[in-house]
Amino acid sequence: MDIHEYQAKELLARHGIHVPRGGLAYSPEQASYRAREIGGGKWVVKAQVHSGARGKAGGIKLCANDEEISNAAEAMLGRKLVTQQTGPRGKLISRLYLEEAVDIAHELYVGFVLDRKEERVMIVASAAGGMEIEDIVERAPDSIIRTTVDPGVGMQRFQAREIAFGLGLDQNLIGKATETILGCYQVFRDYDASMLEINPLVVTRDGNLVALDAKMSFDENALFRRPEISELRDKSQEDSRETFASDRGLSYVGLDGNIGCIINGAGLAMATMDMIKIAGGEPANFLDIGGGASPERVAKSFRAVLGDKNVETILVNIFAGINRCDWVAEGVVKAIREVGVNVPLVVRLAGTKVEEGRRILADSGEAVIIAETLAEAAEKAVAAWRAVSLKKAS
Amino acid sequence: MAILLNRGTRVIVQGFTGKIGSFHAEDMKRYGTKLVGGVTPGKGGQTHLGLPVFNTVKGAVRETRAEASIVFVPPPFAADSIMEAADAGIKLCVCITDGIPSQDMMQVKRYMRRYRFEDRMRLIGPNCAGVITPGQALMGIMPGSIYLPGRVGIVGRSGTLGYEAASQMKALGIGVSTSVGIGGDPINGSSFKDILKLFEQDDETDAVVMIGEIGGPQEAEAAIWARDNMRIPLIAYIAGLSAPKGRRMGHAGAIISAFGESAQEKVEILKEAGVIIVPTPSSFGEVVADTLSRTKKAA
Repeated sequence: MDIHEYQAKELLARHGIHVPRGGLAYSPEQASYRAREIGGGKWVVKAQVHSGARGKAGGIKLCANDEEISNAAEAMLGRKLVTQQTGPRGKLISRLYLEEAVDIAHELYVGFVLDRKEERVMIVASAAGGMEIEDIVERAPDSIIRTTVDPGVGMQRFQAREIAFGLGLDQNLIGKATETILGCYQVFRDYDASMLEINPLVVTRDGNLVALDAKMSFDENALFRRPEISELRDKSQEDSRETFASDRGLSYVGLDGNIGCIINGAGLAMATMDMIKIAGGEPANFLDIGGGASPERVAKSFRAVLGDKNVETILVNIFAGINRCDWVAEGVVKAIREVGVNVPLVVRLAGTKVEEGRRILADSGEAVIIAETLAEAAEKAVAAWRAVSLKKAS
Repeated sequence: MAILLNRGTRVIVQGFTGKIGSFHAEDMKRYGTKLVGGVTPGKGGQTHLGLPVFNTVKGAVRETRAEASIVFVPPPFAADSIMEAADAGIKLCVCITDGIPSQDMMQVKRYMRRYRFEDRMRLIGPNCAGVITPGQALMGIMPGSIYLPGRVGIVGRSGTLGYEAASQMKALGIGVSTSVGIGGDPINGSSFKDILKLFEQDDETDAVVMIGEIGGPQEAEAAIWARDNMRIPLIAYIAGLSAPKGRRMGHAGAIISAFGESAQEKVEILKEAGVIIVPTPSSFGEVVADTLSRTKKAA
């Protein structure tokens, strides 16, 4: 789960990390008012969306007076910001963060991630901050410092100090940098973060160390014990299809194709989507219906998939292990009748009680295209979708 | 003896009296698994499914000489249960639970290192389908009927995609020595490489099917190990060809976040290491059959 920059900065500030003075604004008037509150002569208006690379997309503006602030706020609010990371649909700007402009002497990069190889928290730091980490890896690989933390004892002061010296900081900044890095680790650990990135962490001309931007994501599996983080969720930043599904306990990822997928198991779901692609189609979504595919869950899944207006065909692929195909088939028939499926529907059942399941579908009188194998299911779904798009085109 | 599990393995269930634990305990018993009891703190002394219930894993081990444990404990408490098993002298722990926080798993793995390697418990999962040695014993949630006993090992992250592979093999009369689900989480007890090492030493396994997916370094690491150490053929499929970067595809670990983590990149790395690639998820059966017949001819 992602949070906004201003939320991440609040968490960090509570742990002693310096951030610029700032305030939130929901309208151009509030933006001007905030600027006056903050004081000084230069401000930055920052669009609060769950994405990096906002600057290049026009989501960050440096302003020197009231008029510039109002204009920038007006141009951003209510608009969708399309960055390199958001995809073509973009993300809605509904709040702005006003900050005092900082006099930058030097930009650093500090990131915390879960390293899957070491199975530990890894700190990645570089003196070449201000650009994306991918670009640092490419352009200044030798500047990168990596350290992992022993989960048994947590991050040690010497580790933070080594990073501070490794960044080539002035003697008088080593203490501040050590505290900043230790503070970040504390936030990362105490709130079950999965990613924390301060880019840039800046050295100011007056000799301070300030987190100019902050990005954080959290481990969704740990949210049960972090209600204060769950509260920071902003559904307006999510794909509405995904919000609908996740509120109903379904694992769903929206994509850009036309063949809706309802599958049990994440691996089989990915494999089925691959098969659709190989057969010449594009999946509209990933959807793992989970272990117990009860009629209610099947119906919810149909609703989630059909909520996407691009869906022109649905493919159901269930490999019943603990389940029974006859129960799943009953669920499918019930879902068709309750939800109303007005696109071609291909169903492939396998596993326990498969014959009974196929018979229920065949006897239902509903227009269900039955497939026996994974390959057949994908081919039939793509063929059905092609027929639909031909009809639409003519 | 296949790997990890056979008909003689003495198994307990943690989270024994819960709904899910009970359901699968019965299923495992029916399959022939030597179930000797279970653990539910606070219910020690009771009998459940005709077997003794214990308050602690240590108690269960003392009374039943259990050597393996399967964990059905809910996510907030699962890490604690795994560490309890490790401390009680359990040798094999299979954790089915989905949704354990990553930091908890970091702690588990750190905790297990307090034991010497020879004494250390082997953890399979979490968030996995478990282990089955067809015709002998089941420690998991997979449907036993889709596996034919045989001489091909399966190791995969996903449950149902593993079923798909096993059933395609069964349709061609190809059986399985042991099938191991290592789970879909970013931090897991045993890696692909760990399981390949066991299959390589097993004289009842002639080939191994590895079912990987997007995210993480484990498939590539396993392939490089196999190139240098495996005599028996390694066959692999990587799921997630159509997965976009940066999106989590159901499994907590199925996310492309670095170079080498996409399906295409992984397939390239595997090919270079000499792994036989299953090109589509509908061709597991054919590719395994073809590989086996070529190995036989060569021998």
